[in-house]
Amino acid sequence: MTRRLYLLMLFLFSITISAQEYFPKNDGVKTTNNHYTAFTNAKIYVSPTQIIENGTLLIKDGKVVATGKSVAIPKNSIVIDASNKSIYPSFIDVFSDFGISKPERISGRGAQYDASREGFYWNDHIRPDQNAIDFYKYDEKSASDLRKAGFGVVNTHLQDGIIRGTGTLIALTPNSTDASRILENKSAQYYSTRKSVQSRQSYPNSLMGTMALLRQVHYDAKWYANGNVNNKDRALEAYNTNKSLVQIMDAGSKINALRFAKVGKETNTEFVFVGGGDEYENIIEIKATNASFIIPLNFPDAFDVSDPFLAEGAGIADLRAWNQKPANPKILAENNVPFSFTLKGLDAAKDLMPNLQKAIQYGLGKTKALEALTTTPAKILGKENSIGSLKNGAYANFLITSGDVFDKNTILYQNWVNGEKHEIHPMSTKDIRGDYNFTLAGETYDLKISGDIAKPKASVSSKDKKLGTILSFKDDWLNISFTSTDTTSKNLTRLVSKISNPKILSGKAILPNGNETSFYAKRAESKEVSEEDKKEEKDTPKVFPITYPNEAYGFKTLPQQETILFKNATVWTNEAEGILEQTDVLVKDGKIAKIGNNLKHGNAKIVDATGKHLTTGIIDEHSHIATSAVNESGQNSSAEVSIEDVIDAEDVDIYRNLAGGVTSIQVLHGSANPIGGRSAIIKLKWGETADNLIYKNSPKFIKFALGENVKQSNWSSFNRFPQTRMGVEQMFIDYFTRAQEYIAKKKSGKPYRKDVELEVLAEILNEERFISCHSYVQSEINMLMKVAEKFNFKVNTFTHILEGYKLADKMKEHGAGGSTFSDWWAYKYEVNDAIPQNAAIMHNNGVTVAINSDDAEMSRRLNQEAAKSIKYGGVSEEDAWKFITLNPAKLLHIDDRVGSIKVGKDADLVLWSDHPLSIYAKAEKTIIEGVTYFDIERDLQLRKEMKAEKNELLNRMLQAKNKGLKTIPIKKKGNETFHCDTEAEHIH
Amino acid sequence: MKKINNYIITAFLLCTTFLFAQQTPAPKQTKAICIMGATAHIGNGEVIENSIIIFNNGKIETVADARLVKIDISNMDLIKAEGKHVYPGFIVPNSTLGLGEIDAVRATIDSDELGSLNPHIRSLIAYNTESKVIETMRPNGVLLAQITPQGGRISGTSSIVHLDAWNWEDAAVKVDDGIHINWPRPYTRGRWWRGEPSHLKPNKEYGKQVEELANFFKQSKVYQQSTKEVKNLPFEALAKVTNGSAKLFIHVDDAKGITDATEFAKANDIANMVIVGGYEAYKVTDLLKQNNIPIILNRVHSRPNSDDEDYDLPFKMAKKLVDSGIVVALQANGDMERMNSRNLPFYAGTCVAYGLDKEEALKLITSNTAKILGIDDTFGTLESGKDATLFISEGDALDIRTNKLIKAFVQGRNLSLESHQTQLSKRYSEKYQE
Repeated sequence: MTRRLYLLMLFLFSITISAQEYFPKNDGVKTTNNHYTAFTNAKIYVSPTQIIENGTLLIKDGKVVATGKSVAIPKNSIVIDASNKSIYPSFIDVFSDFGISKPERISGRGAQYDASREGFYWNDHIRPDQNAIDFYKYDEKSASDLRKAGFGVVNTHLQDGIIRGTGTLIALTPNSTDASRILENKSAQYYSTRKSVQSRQSYPNSLMGTMALLRQVHYDAKWYANGNVNNKDRALEAYNTNKSLVQIMDAGSKINALRFAKVGKETNTEFVFVGGGDEYENIIEIKATNASFIIPLNFPDAFDVSDPFLAEGAGIADLRAWNQKPANPKILAENNVPFSFTLKGLDAAKDLMPNLQKAIQYGLGKTKALEALTTTPAKILGKENSIGSLKNGAYANFLITSGDVFDKNTILYQNWVNGEKHEIHPMSTKDIRGDYNFTLAGETYDLKISGDIAKPKASVSSKDKKLGTILSFKDDWLNISFTSTDTTSKNLTRLVSKISNPKILSGKAILPNGNETSFYAKRAESKEVSEEDKKEEKDTPKVFPITYPNEAYGFKTLPQQETILFKNATVWTNEAEGILEQTDVLVKDGKIAKIGNNLKHGNAKIVDATGKHLTTGIIDEHSHIATSAVNESGQNSSAEVSIEDVIDAEDVDIYRNLAGGVTSIQVLHGSANPIGGRSAIIKLKWGETADNLIYKNSPKFIKFALGENVKQSNWSSFNRFPQTRMGVEQMFIDYFTRAQEYIAKKKSGKPYRKDVELEVLAEILNEERFISCHSYVQSEINMLMKVAEKFNFKVNTFTHILEGYKLADKMKEHGAGGSTFSDWWAYKYEVNDAIPQNAAIMHNNGVTVAINSDDAEMSRRLNQEAAKSIKYGGVSEEDAWKFITLNPAKLLHIDDRVGSIKVGKDADLVLWSDHPLSIYAKAEKTIIEGVTYFDIERDLQLRKEMKAEKNELLNRMLQAKNKGLKTIPIKKKGNETFHCDTEAEHIH
Repeated sequence: MKKINNYIITAFLLCTTFLFAQQTPAPKQTKAICIMGATAHIGNGEVIENSIIIFNNGKIETVADARLVKIDISNMDLIKAEGKHVYPGFIVPNSTLGLGEIDAVRATIDSDELGSLNPHIRSLIAYNTESKVIETMRPNGVLLAQITPQGGRISGTSSIVHLDAWNWEDAAVKVDDGIHINWPRPYTRGRWWRGEPSHLKPNKEYGKQVEELANFFKQSKVYQQSTKEVKNLPFEALAKVTNGSAKLFIHVDDAKGITDATEFAKANDIANMVIVGGYEAYKVTDLLKQNNIPIILNRVHSRPNSDDEDYDLPFKMAKKLVDSGIVVALQANGDMERMNSRNLPFYAGTCVAYGLDKEEALKLITSNTAKILGIDDTFGTLESGKDATLFISEGDALDIRTNKLIKAFVQGRNLSLESHQTQLSKRYSEKYQE
């Protein structure tokens, strides 16, 4: 009953405040209020760069009327003296879910491949039709927390789906209705890398699938807009409408921002990115996107490193992140990357200010900090005239503070939203914090009052003994009670003081024995900030330098191309010359310049290779390292996805592969579906960005797969076609037939729907793209060759191809190469007949043979794997060596650049301590295009440096812990690898 | 010599007749065999170049420098092996050979029993001598294995077998040699499917899990002293380690766990404790040395557990431990471990590349393993009195290029080095020659 009454009251109250003029009124007379409110004598931040000392702010009807030094104050003004106060525009968060509850996750069994919504796009995770305004319900509890943190306006949205629909701009006013709170129904369209929880549709289940899907949506939306579609698609309609809004992508990390910036370019979408706080690591590339960023301030807490067992597990990347991330805003500002701050990632709104103060301590300018909370978010939303500043006509959204809004000791008194006042702390609140001493009954006491200004804490001590103390301070009345120095006494001493001058406490004291007396205490002068705190604030903390990549074994500066002369090496040329003893090789401008004896070159760095072997770098035809995704298994064909989209240049396995003499790899899509995704062929240029790893003018490849994985035989999945090898054939025929029809339609000149998947398949038919097909048993291998022949193309490579020895003659005739495991078998039924002589038998019958790894561990000792063909198959050493160098280069169509030591080819070289096929050989130097990316001596140096740096960081963390800062349990990064079918199980 | 050829011919005929049958176990040694002129790698660090090795009735009689002894070999089958190398048969510990055939086919897997405290579960009786995987071990020199159950807190009881037998009874060289504990992990991984980060984090249950184990041992001890009117199979089985007739193998990787496990063994008066795994053992070598605890080290061919660790840490770990005076053996545990077990010699070879002496590395798969498993009175070295379980290789058996077996013997029996794989290879190579 009382609750209902309260709600009614609230309702009536709010109506009174904000009734619109044309609304009828039945509960009394009209009470229009035309008053102005003037704040005088304040320091006014009209904008972060326009500051008025001793100025006046005049507002009316929720808007700013004027600001200035000499503003004429109308007669009907309520004047508020704000002398010694500062007025700031209030803060804006453009990435909020304010008032919108998280949708519930749909659960169910088995995979769902089709969309569940009708009348929308074919993919449920594309939800541009979702409008925040339809889900939003004002939530005063969060609003109040946000106001306390200084926010006035948030742009909220339903954080669900890949395209999430529009946001709504909300002013955080409790005493009015949505009629005035909603500043904009549809402001910005939101995107993310995560699927909707409201649907179980499988596709896309990888990052590259998400990227491909966004591209296809773009093409489909165009097609739809041009009136080519007969059916209704409310998602595409909404997408086309929303295109005119700001497009905000929750990338969540620098690397995803860079990835989606590319998608944006292709789809004419200018994204604003929600970042990850790690932008500083690739600031040049981030700047080059020309995008605005929304940056979280969730700086990592120090790990609890007091347990040495655990401390050892802390990774240098995480330790550095703790040290470096607070400098991210500063670095963004220095590089003129436009950015705003968001509360995303923080547990509570109140965590904003401490983190912001940290960012400022790490060098972020206060003007930039203020911009990131006011003008920049306003600009991102295209609302710079109405929010984010106190321009005339803007919403009267501002903060009144006791001083510098970013100062630790500043008090936020009031947060005005739409001209509505919200008191955070009474302006009359007196600051009684400080050190006092007083005498009672002959004993002297020290009193220390600290903490929050409105809720201070006290501690009383006497004769260096700390006494139990309780303090309450309300409406200028201070009550303090404390225990006695006599521990046998349970009675308390109580002090009561009415504060008029905050520097003086005086009033009544009630002694333990009940006697009353008076007391007087005066605050000691200016000891408000302890010396240590002061020092800490002044010093910009040490930020450790980043490395490339910014993790273990990164380079402080990228290694440079050199002119190198190898002297007296045993050179494995892979050419007609064979293996040359005591030979010199000159590397210049990234190429092999000369091979011969007694070579000389003035400026060359000489490497004495006496007793050592120089070979071309190892090439792994089948790898899954250096990628953030492997399988897009949400559909049986995923030709539209590309590993090139998701190359992860920071995978430490790149470095480990270099240490095993590997220089080039094909990063393949997995084998979860018959038509997989496109490959990336990369060089392992450790420290470079993803784009620089990918081969220039790279030959185009795609992964296909056959057998148990595509049939989903080894896990419970029974509803995706095909479930048998019979179905696999028909699926290929179906897709290639459709690709043929697509080509025909394109050629006909008639309008056609651009379909990325069919474009890729068409490339295969046009022999512009090559297939590397995961395959095991002879029947299916034969089948694919026959399908290809029917469609007039060749299967370039069968990878794994463990039964290749059973049909080497057919492969030879078809022209397919084989890239196989050296000795793997018995891991699933279809590899029952796998034999370690496979490579040799295929080779002996004229097939181009490579040995591959499909495994981050094996890839770093492929030289050993090649040697197995000598042992089991009797292959010559030179041929065995070609299995992991020249032959994979041929299979990948890069043998004109790499794969042998030949003048003019890329200087991708490895210097081995021993015969390279020997188990005793170690790679001592691994060079790509004349740049030494791995050097066994430098590796030792890196280890030393890392150890020292780690030790220093750990000590700093220990100090942080001792200072009482928050710490969190250590995270040890586990060992995660990708294989062909990582999504499901670790089988190949 | 002729007779041996006959054996080979017979064996070959058998193979071609029953092309898909498994290799037939070799018959008993009936005549003394003399290997002449080979470099003998004794397995204890010693090498005899130009050696003479004689074995009869399945036992080694002589291993000596051929230039220094004079023995009448006229009644023996002579194998001239100049330039060749002879090694004791390699031993793969902590193996599931014969307990599984095809990883992905559940019906073929018998390695992991239901339940957590299973000391009574015995591997030996499930050991399938006909496994096609097993016969691919022998051509690489792997002739012995400790067959070990997996899973749970106490996985069960292992037994040691040789790899050429008609049935598990024939195969057994040491029955119920040890009980295997999977020590609780101080770290657990976040459940990513529930949105938790997949990072490893401290295991809150660790103390409780160690306590459970301690309690089980305590209960078992009390049981041993009781009248045992009602039999308790797990406690009965556990008695073997508490009374010292079987070894206790504790599978544990992190330094904290190793320290706790060592304490645990001491507290329970376990005389023979072995660490299996020991990824961080190099951090607590003093403790291990003091307590005389050997290590069966993780698969050498693996990646470091964390980004920061040296890329070659798994390669050089054996050397670190050997240098600290710890007895180390190698194993093949991990993904696809059964079929990968044939690479055991190459794990040792890799240790050599990263600093270990060659003969020292050989010990890690021969004499050290035999010592750790408690079979060193009969296996692990080429010494007279021991079983003639050995092989001849064209060259260095630790290097892939030169590991080419000419002959292998288990207890003097001349094994077939053929397999399902060599048969297929021959069949299809011949097909293309038609």
